[in-house]
Amino acid sequence: MLPTPDLSHLTSKDYRNVYEPAEDTFLLLDSLEEDQEYIKQLKPKICLEIGSGSGCVITFLEQIVGKNSVYLTTDINPEAAKITQRTGKQNKVKIDAINTDLVNGLLPRLENSVDIICFNPPYVVTETEDINSSLIAASWAGGINGREVTDRILPFIPKLLSPGGSFYLLLIQDNKPQEIVDIMESQYNLKYQLVKKRRAGREQQYVLKFSKI
Amino acid sequence: MRLITHNMLQCHVKGCNKDNFPLKLEEIEIEELEAEFNADFIKSMLNRLDWKALAQTTFSLGIAQLPEEMPEELNDEMLQQLHHILLEVDITSGRMVCQGCNHVYPIRDGIPNMLLTESEV
Repeated sequence: MLPTPDLSHLTSKDYRNVYEPAEDTFLLLDSLEEDQEYIKQLKPKICLEIGSGSGCVITFLEQIVGKNSVYLTTDINPEAAKITQRTGKQNKVKIDAINTDLVNGLLPRLENSVDIICFNPPYVVTETEDINSSLIAASWAGGINGREVTDRILPFIPKLLSPGGSFYLLLIQDNKPQEIVDIMESQYNLKYQLVKKRRAGREQQYVLKFSKI
Repeated sequence: MRLITHNMLQCHVKGCNKDNFPLKLEEIEIEELEAEFNADFIKSMLNRLDWKALAQTTFSLGIAQLPEEMPEELNDEMLQQLHHILLEVDITSGRMVCQGCNHVYPIRDGIPNMLLTESEV
């Protein structure tokens, strides 16, 4: 088993501004670990985590992929971008953090260029106006069906992915994952696979994988 | 922000679709990093880079004079130079200016800020 990234440098003060890794984060880590043979044979050159928060997921991904890749992260929250950098340092992983909304500023330059994309979106069902009501709310408040932020990113995924590249997306049942599968398959011609599902309290969580053929 | 990252960022102001890449670095502070040299990694990254933008940026910063086009054969010296340029030049603060629309993207604590205000999106 791969070790969980060292987050001992983060304090409760940091977690006032960024999402503290929880069951959903760990399901995403477990999914990447389960898929590690596939990920390694891709020999990724550019990996990207959207909304990196603490930086736990991208740091874990580096343990699978190794030094021969660039690790980009984005977060709309400047504090999260800083904390992601710190988590990289703590774990001796070079992370290039960018403070931006989703993937703004990366396209069209990175068209067909990103081998692995991970996204643990703000997926909680809330009112639309809750979405960016605070730095920390941006990490979990997902608006209608918990889908408003996720829906905005979907059209960019087929553009960013390199041929053969994959997108790992965490969702819960309330997000209507089947609708997302339909969109990704029929509109964007991506191949779908369910990597893992797990119940965490009342939440049924899924990690879906979409690959560019 | 390393120069490899700078090579991947472009202006995304609504309607700005000319001269929006590369972003011009201004008033920057640079820190030198130390990264382990890996020739295979540099070679494998070449097709993900925009060579012209890299040549333009390193020339304007006065840190290297790369050929205008990517050479077909890269000798060890060139690979070492690229390694240094891409992975060991860290911009800790400054700004990136779009040559198309003059939008300014600040860099603070080594992190580029690509956020726009609502009217610019």
